[in-house]
Amino acid sequence: MSSNIVAMDAAPTAIDGERMTAPAPAAKPRRRRPGGFTPYALLVPSLVILIAIVGWPLFQLIIMSFQKFGRAQVFGAPPEFVWFDNYTKILTDPTFWQVVARSLAFAAVCVVLTMVLGTLIALMMMRLGKFFRLLLTVGLLLAWAMPALTATIVWGWIFDTDYGVINNVLVNLFGLTDFTQHSWLINPLSFFLVAAVVVIWGAVPFVAFTVYAGLTQVPDEVLEAAQLDGTSYVQRFRFIIVPYLRSIFVVVIILQVIWDLRVFTQIFALQGIGGIKEQTNVLGTYIYSVSIAGGEYGTGGAIAVIVVILLMAISIYYVRQTIKEEDL
Amino acid sequence: MSAITATARPTAAGAAIDTTARRTGAGKKRATTVVLSILAVIVFLFSVFPVYWMINTSFQPNNQVRARVLHFWPDNFTLRNYGTVLFDQNRAQFGPAFMNSILVTILTVAIALVFAFLAALAVTRFRFKSRKAFIIAILIVQMIPGEAMIVSIFRVLDGWSLLNSIGGLTIVYVATVLPFTIWTLRGFVNGVPAELEEAGMIDGLSRTGAFWKITFPLLAPGLVATGVFGFIQAWNEFLLALVVNARPEAMTLPVWLRTFQTLTGTTNWAAIMAGSTLMAIPVIVFFLLVQGRMTSGLVSGAVKG
Repeated sequence: MSSNIVAMDAAPTAIDGERMTAPAPAAKPRRRRPGGFTPYALLVPSLVILIAIVGWPLFQLIIMSFQKFGRAQVFGAPPEFVWFDNYTKILTDPTFWQVVARSLAFAAVCVVLTMVLGTLIALMMMRLGKFFRLLLTVGLLLAWAMPALTATIVWGWIFDTDYGVINNVLVNLFGLTDFTQHSWLINPLSFFLVAAVVVIWGAVPFVAFTVYAGLTQVPDEVLEAAQLDGTSYVQRFRFIIVPYLRSIFVVVIILQVIWDLRVFTQIFALQGIGGIKEQTNVLGTYIYSVSIAGGEYGTGGAIAVIVVILLMAISIYYVRQTIKEEDL
Repeated sequence: MSAITATARPTAAGAAIDTTARRTGAGKKRATTVVLSILAVIVFLFSVFPVYWMINTSFQPNNQVRARVLHFWPDNFTLRNYGTVLFDQNRAQFGPAFMNSILVTILTVAIALVFAFLAALAVTRFRFKSRKAFIIAILIVQMIPGEAMIVSIFRVLDGWSLLNSIGGLTIVYVATVLPFTIWTLRGFVNGVPAELEEAGMIDGLSRTGAFWKITFPLLAPGLVATGVFGFIQAWNEFLLALVVNARPEAMTLPVWLRTFQTLTGTTNWAAIMAGSTLMAIPVIVFFLLVQGRMTSGLVSGAVKG
């Protein structure tokens, strides 16, 4: 996904100084041989897998979303075509719209906070001494490497009702006795607070490192010149750094939006630790609870198709941008 | 990864700021540095704390974990929790799940790299009909969310009797990482001039020989970077594994950890943290080992998955 960041050819966006991946923008048009049969043969393995595991299931998903497809159909009963019934059922179901609203709000909060924190940390890294930058790098790397599931379980333990550190510190250190056996996950709002902490904690390193790598590519002459002209730090950020890093920001934001809208593991695991499913479902867990747990495969399929369309709509800008800037 | 390697080289903007700071007065600069360093330490602590707390809890006896007093380091050090996780016969078994995870991960990485390398060669080195269409399709496929497809993937695998098998899960994971891998390797192959291969062919290599002897070795950084992506993706993936390989003997580590957690309830946090540590350590170690070799842009997408 983010390979596109590297491959984007607008000069300032190339991430690494060595430019290992992105060919020089001014390179002469590549010569490509007419291959006859060879290129198709080379594509066969990939195509077979992608058609079998993405194409065919996607086709089935669309068919299924037009059918009444429950547990009985899984065991062989012929499915009945109901055409748009599943769709009208979902689109008129207030629960679905609550889930959509919840997902959008959660993703919005997470994306904004992740971007702001990640960018601030990247700017900070530019100005830190060697030791502190190394310290920060190691910390961020550890957070980044933690698998989402383990991270969620560990955060669940940190926020645990009876023996969690947070409650313990709040009660014993700050004397806030209200937090004795306070359940963080039972209230939907504080459930999402915890979920946001988990998601943002895991996502900030990616943003920080990517933006930092971009920052090191901003030519110092430009910044120095601006400084001699008496610009403030904020002005330099707004008028020099932001334009230079524009395409990095675009790609990172879109990836964050997609990832945060698709969030599953963190919410699912937190629900397992102690959230109320009905009040905390987001799109991913909602599809799961309708189809896998509820056995309503047709309805689940329709929701899935709607989600795919939604994500496509969001990412179309990214796809177009990439196609435009890439020498395909 | 440049974000990391860059720590070694002097940073541009940092130097620029230094010059002004000297002009505006060393005192102000010193104050800023101190404030920033303190902030850096805070961010560091916040990033590391959960990892530390996981390891710390895992080495404490469970009755101490469930006590009123916090222990910020494992002063009653014990390995009992690891014993529980690894050898307790009454709980979901760690060993088989670990083996399943390792197998699926290695197979996924190997197959995805070979397939993607071939596809990347096709789209970079040859001119053919529908070349652009293929590349755009690759880009779009990445946007289709896996969780939307679980039900139909389940049915497809069921139809082929591949549920609860290493092979079935591997195929699914290969399909998941393939688009990204092809896309990324394409960039790397583009970076190796075709002239090098042609020179090799003049010196008597076949076209296939030229690919393998000349282009392939030059792709090492790209293969490492995309391999890491596949590794982390396959090792951490939870939802598909949960649905497709639900049987105890076919479980991978994330599904095992989840079952383990549900079985122990909230009562045995110490053992759960030991299990979490066992699952996280391979990724963390692997990550720290290879990060130096990767460009940051690649890692980025890779790791979050």
